Amino acid sequence: MSLLEVNNLSLSIHGTGILKQVSLSIAPGQIVAVTGESGSGKSMTALAVMQLSPNGAEIDGALQLNDLSLLNCSEADMCALRGASIGMVFQEPMTALNPVNTIGDQVMETILIHKAMPPKQARARAEEVLTRVGLPPDQFPLSRYPHELSGGQRQRVVIAMAIALRPKLLIADEPTTALDVTTQAQILELLKGLVTEYNMGLLMITHDLAVVADMADQIVVMRHGEVVESGATGHILKHMQHPYTRMLFEASGHQVSLPEPAKSRPLLEVTNVIRDYRLPRKRLFDTPEHHRAVDHVSFALNRGERLGLVGESGCGKSTLTKAILGLEDVQGGTIRLDGQLVFSGHKPNLAVRRKMQVVFQDPYGSFNPRHRVARLVTEPFYLLDSPPTGSERQDRIAEMLTAVGLTPDDMGKYIHEFSGGQRQRIAIARALIIRPELILFDEAVSALDVSVRAQILDLLAELCEAYDLTYLFISHDLSVVRTITDRVMVMRAGKIVEEGDTESVFSDPQHQYTKNLINAAPKLPDIGQIVA
Amino acid sequence: MSRSLILGACLSSLVLLAALVSFVWTPYDYAALNIPEKLQPPNAQHWFGTDHFGRDMFSMIMVGARTSIAVALVAVGIGMALGVPLGLTAAARKGSLLDELIMRGNDLVFAFPSLVIAILITAVFGAGAINAIIAIGIFNIPVFARITRGAALSLWEREFILAARVSGKGAARISAEHILPNVANLLIVQGTIQFSLGILAEAGLSYVGLGAQPPTPSWGRMLADAQTMVSFAPHLALIPGLAIIVTVLGLNLLGDGLRDWLDPRIRVARA
Amino acid sequence: MLRYTLKRLISLMISLAVASVVIFAVIEVAPGDPASFMLGVNAQEDTLAALRAELGLDVTKVQRYLNWVGGMMVGDFGTSYTYRTPVSQMITDRLWVSLPLALYALTLSTAIAFPVGIYAAARRGRPGDLTVMGATQLGIAVPNFWFAMMLVLIFAINLPWFNAGGFAGWDKGFWTGMHSLTLPAIALALPQAAILARVMRSSLLDILGEDFMRTARAKGLSRRQALWRHGVRNALIPVLTIIGLQFSFLLAGSIIIEQVFYLPGLGRLVFQAISARDLIVVESVVMLLVFAVITVNFLVDLAYAAVDPRLRSRT
Repeated sequence: MSLLEVNNLSLSIHGTGILKQVSLSIAPGQIVAVTGESGSGKSMTALAVMQLSPNGAEIDGALQLNDLSLLNCSEADMCALRGASIGMVFQEPMTALNPVNTIGDQVMETILIHKAMPPKQARARAEEVLTRVGLPPDQFPLSRYPHELSGGQRQRVVIAMAIALRPKLLIADEPTTALDVTTQAQILELLKGLVTEYNMGLLMITHDLAVVADMADQIVVMRHGEVVESGATGHILKHMQHPYTRMLFEASGHQVSLPEPAKSRPLLEVTNVIRDYRLPRKRLFDTPEHHRAVDHVSFALNRGERLGLVGESGCGKSTLTKAILGLEDVQGGTIRLDGQLVFSGHKPNLAVRRKMQVVFQDPYGSFNPRHRVARLVTEPFYLLDSPPTGSERQDRIAEMLTAVGLTPDDMGKYIHEFSGGQRQRIAIARALIIRPELILFDEAVSALDVSVRAQILDLLAELCEAYDLTYLFISHDLSVVRTITDRVMVMRAGKIVEEGDTESVFSDPQHQYTKNLINAAPKLPDIGQIVA
Repeated sequence: MSRSLILGACLSSLVLLAALVSFVWTPYDYAALNIPEKLQPPNAQHWFGTDHFGRDMFSMIMVGARTSIAVALVAVGIGMALGVPLGLTAAARKGSLLDELIMRGNDLVFAFPSLVIAILITAVFGAGAINAIIAIGIFNIPVFARITRGAALSLWEREFILAARVSGKGAARISAEHILPNVANLLIVQGTIQFSLGILAEAGLSYVGLGAQPPTPSWGRMLADAQTMVSFAPHLALIPGLAIIVTVLGLNLLGDGLRDWLDPRIRVARA
Repeated sequence: MLRYTLKRLISLMISLAVASVVIFAVIEVAPGDPASFMLGVNAQEDTLAALRAELGLDVTKVQRYLNWVGGMMVGDFGTSYTYRTPVSQMITDRLWVSLPLALYALTLSTAIAFPVGIYAAARRGRPGDLTVMGATQLGIAVPNFWFAMMLVLIFAINLPWFNAGGFAGWDKGFWTGMHSLTLPAIALALPQAAILARVMRSSLLDILGEDFMRTARAKGLSRRQALWRHGVRNALIPVLTIIGLQFSFLLAGSIIIEQVFYLPGLGRLVFQAISARDLIVVESVVMLLVFAVITVNFLVDLAYAAVDPRLRSRT
């Protein structure tokens, strides 16, 4: 007997079909993962089960929780079920908690709103569940506010709220997507433990196939609001039928082959760089304290080499990127490109700057929405003493757009006419147009769906062949760094803790932190071998 | 286009039209006294009636629109011309002493409501339309500085600004090329709102005698003149009041409509 | 929290100091000598000098500024040029009309705006909301002094419920005083309430889109419970700013409204002073108004911290 039975669920919002005939079922103690790329309808499925679909949604089909038909429930009935029988955990722990209430109040609210127990017992239960999720009251009193906790800790509070009344079904919508890899491992472990302990059903929504393969008993693959394939995890991994499922798995572990790096002299030399931030004063007349974001970092990047920089959020990799680009001055040490200082006399050196370009993470925020593509990609021409004009300029734009897989006709369009992947191609075109000696990729593929990410990685490999690129690839995603770089550095708390050839660092890490990082990252089973 | 945008645009252009037409034609000479015909309620000869001197109210309202619009428009102009550059500068130099100075200066001006500024100015220089403009204009500066800075600050965090900086562009160039066009919508919307507030402020100042001086007709002073006669000639108060309401309502609806129409999020969804 | 309060307090002091310099400087620019204005053009030179000494005008500008500020700190605002009475006495009498009026109006406006704004937000897009939005749109467009005239026309002239103007005085009893302030307070409050209700509504609608509202619903709270328990308090943060700003508008507005109702408040005092070129009165009243505005904004800052725990701990 299954706990939750979703049968031919269809959902449309103001006449637009979002879900089509979705079916899945969850048994007590079972983990079912719904996966797919953005727009697949996986989150909407979760919200439909909670009956929290956006206004204007029309639902058709059957939703059965034990003997109860959820679609026949009144709103008042659903309020009684939510939080008590069905708990939910969301993606963004930073915003999922009310900033003006204490964590204790928020956990207790789940209990009190259902009048499950008197306030005194509710308090004891809140302490109990917070302890269970790893926030014991002696270290994390109930009177803490959300802003006093880290992202991982906040997600634990959200989980505590969801399980306070021991629901039969827990829905987790991308619960670890916003978290660092080591925190992700802990949260996933916690969720797995809770499922066994309480014999809950867990409906897990995630785009990360490695997480899916690691956690789920059952997999449901969705695309464009439809289930394309579903079944037991082991079975699907061995006998996946649908080409889309195969493509997803292939793209997730996508490998590219880079041309051999040329052995040559250093291009970028970073020596003993220190970057301090001033912290707000603790007391009124204290001397302000400093936070050392980058702490005596030294490394060299050779011409023609592809160097990776990995680390978790807050480790200082973005700060280091800004220092290399000459956007922020450093408090100690030197950064030289081709022998010249990036910053000379506390002023950015323009002669050096034209030798570098950057591609950022966010394909939506990287472009001025009011300019056309032609103007967007030629922005770096500003660095040149005599930028090309007229037909020469047009030819350069056309050449670059073609090189990144777009057409010259695209130069007259506005940025909102492009998809995320296409925008990232335009960002690469913008970086390449002045033929810089060095490109920095700052989490450049992190916001993309796996299939698009695979295409962009292929594009990078092609461009390496065509233009002899030298780049620094900054990412939190170990699997991407592994395939797209020759050498890698691991950064933690402002310091480089390990560096070496990518393959040897990944297969034989020396530093404990590197080992933790690699162990924590969920691993994708080697589909190539399984399928073959 | 929303209904409020259309209605707002219609009402605002009606008032603007009345003001413009008054330069070449009014039904009667707005200043001509005609005691025998005083205090007539609205009728076929005098659409809005006549005042206690027998002057034609319709003509006075038309010419009064001119005063209101001129004062409010120039005041918004002053606020934008000074406030927007200040806000852009403060945002570009976020956290610096300059930013701090600009923002504290703003707070200080906010402590002087436009009426208080007007009182100070009239106490020193005497009453008049120019002084009303300056008083309302000064008050508009921090409004525009604040809204520009707020919007610019969030833009400075965006990656396309970082990309522009990587391309070697300086703060002034980025502000002009990337920040200003992206806050322009916001400024247009705020501009219509400040415009309507300016109309209200001008009316208030004229009412207490700190605004435009006779013989320039103004809606606020028409109301002040009407005060002692409101019990037996209510149209003297009703008509200028309705003129103010129609104008301010029109501008506010226009502002609301523009906000929805210019919102890039909605626009992208439409595209 | 203490540090936050202290910081705000220091910035309050600085604002007051700068404001006083600005006001003093502006008044200094005024042409003419108060003493000769008071005594007329034919006054003897030695009479003028005596009067200047009496008014404290015979010292340097810096000294005069310091005297003025120092005096204000102990409640001495100088002597009126026209009435030859202490300015502090004149102001105190008038303040007992203007301050209660502004507070009365602020209370009314908040008491109307909060429920109306919350009601509209809870019924977003439905007829109730549209009615409220239409009414508030109109409310914003109505000039308060015109609205005051209409109130007088209806409730004082056509219906004998209120007096058309004048102030009965507090010595005739609290309710008699409040009765004469009721029409002025309504005239001041309704247009402000329209603005505040719209701010409350839009602030609440912003909050309704936040992730933690969805979390609350997932916990089993009904729409209404989520709105009241999690929405309203968060929505208060921007609303407080507007309330602070409104106080300064209400003070300024009361100056105009006093003209409509012939109330013996600060407004009438300042207009009399302007026409009599009694600049020391103008200077002191303006300083007092600015002091009130800055103090209210300081209180709003403290209220922020009470609402938002992030502010309490961060600074």
